[in-house]
Amino acid sequence: MNLSSCSICQFWHSSIGKKLVVALTGLFLVMFLAGHLAGNLLIFQSSADFNEYAHMLHSMMHGWGVWIFRILMLVALALHVIATVQLTAANRSARATRYQKDATMVASRSSRMMIWSGLTVLVFFVFHILHYTVRVSPELKELADFDQNWAMTVKGFQNPLVSIFYIIAMALLCSHLSHGVASIFQTLGLRSRKTAGPITLLSKAYSLIIFVGFISIPISICFFGYGKEELQETEQMIEQAKSLGLDGILHEHRH
Amino acid sequence: MLNLTLKVWRQQNATSEGFIETYDAHDIPESASFLEMLDIVNERILNDGGEPIHFDHDCREGICGQCSLTINGIPHSKERGITACQLHMRKFKTGETIWIEPFRAKAFPLLRDLIVDRSAFDRIIGAGGYVSVRTGSAQDANNLPVAKTKADAAMDAAACIGCGACVAACKNASAMLFVSAKAAHLNLLPQGAPEKNKRVLGMVRQMDAEGFGNCTNQYECEAVCPKEISADNIARLNRDYAIAIADEAAV
Repeated sequence: MNLSSCSICQFWHSSIGKKLVVALTGLFLVMFLAGHLAGNLLIFQSSADFNEYAHMLHSMMHGWGVWIFRILMLVALALHVIATVQLTAANRSARATRYQKDATMVASRSSRMMIWSGLTVLVFFVFHILHYTVRVSPELKELADFDQNWAMTVKGFQNPLVSIFYIIAMALLCSHLSHGVASIFQTLGLRSRKTAGPITLLSKAYSLIIFVGFISIPISICFFGYGKEELQETEQMIEQAKSLGLDGILHEHRH
Repeated sequence: MLNLTLKVWRQQNATSEGFIETYDAHDIPESASFLEMLDIVNERILNDGGEPIHFDHDCREGICGQCSLTINGIPHSKERGITACQLHMRKFKTGETIWIEPFRAKAFPLLRDLIVDRSAFDRIIGAGGYVSVRTGSAQDANNLPVAKTKADAAMDAAACIGCGACVAACKNASAMLFVSAKAAHLNLLPQGAPEKNKRVLGMVRQMDAEGFGNCTNQYECEAVCPKEISADNIARLNRDYAIAIADEAAV
């Protein structure tokens, strides 16, 4: 099958086809953010509920669920990044000579820095996975090994550098979404003169909710000391358990 | 009378190096159109034995789509819903500096000074922007029912004069507004509908082959369009393309 006869190849190599891939993978990632935020906000409910939620995620479908989801996420993210990088490169080369005097009528600042906000969020994503999923820090790994996901999250955000990077990344994500969410509708052909207003509003509101929701966690932990005492208690319990050689006592409530 | 400074892009031919030349445009009547102002400046250049500024123009009443000037960074100027020839000098103040550049896009190769080759648009039309069979002359009223909403949308799309300002204004030099308007005005009507999928695929593929950029939904095109073509057409083309390619692959 050569390029001209392969429909999927043609789809991928066409401007609109590639944009449809960006929109659909973007939609998946946007929906994921809402679910991720809802789960994260359990941190304010109680450590037990948060740990229970973390356990549920890792044990659903006998542990397969989380891996199926991770693979879907990675595929969506990879397609989204590859397509947008290729589209941006094509866009740059479509105007070889720039205007000496450049001006803008209506394009928002967010829409003009999509590639940069997106790539910064990608760097953040890699850091975030190493931080809380792979857990390269031994302190966080130990808390996770004792199934103390709530304590692990609080401990992670007590580092001001981590929290500041997180907040900056969320600000860029907010900018990315404010253009991206509305763009999904246009690229999928669902925007019209009548719906343009509500779609712009939805896009801005959604990106703001995501921004405020996510940064509320590092701000309350890092700058307002949320969870400090409970984390200390948990760490003392782990120390005691380790000194008594009872690695398993903290698991008891579950098993 | 206005006294202005012009910063004009001068380029001998397609291959030579271009540059910005500064001209003193003094004593310009406020009632002159923008192109008449250039005529006055050119006459003075000619009288001084110089080479006049080359620019495209024809009807000078906003219907032919020939004028192609980027004025202070915005195709056809920042005034909405007009072509450069419909712009009047009363919109400027004495002492102002005006930047005049050609419509810039790789798919619109520069020929000379402010003149660019927009034949890429003709090739896109040739790839499907027509109805293949004779559809006869105008129908009797109500002989061929067309919904009012569709007739209005088709008429609005058909207002496109193919000037290329959408490409010139787009941050990515995308031709989506032109292509979507030209596809929509036929796709929406009974005479054009049977060839809709073939038309959409043909025109989009030719658009990609010409080296235009990709739409990033910033709507600069809609803002500069002298005929105020709506970006709704772009959404419609995106939708129609998805349907057409699925139809091609599966049916």
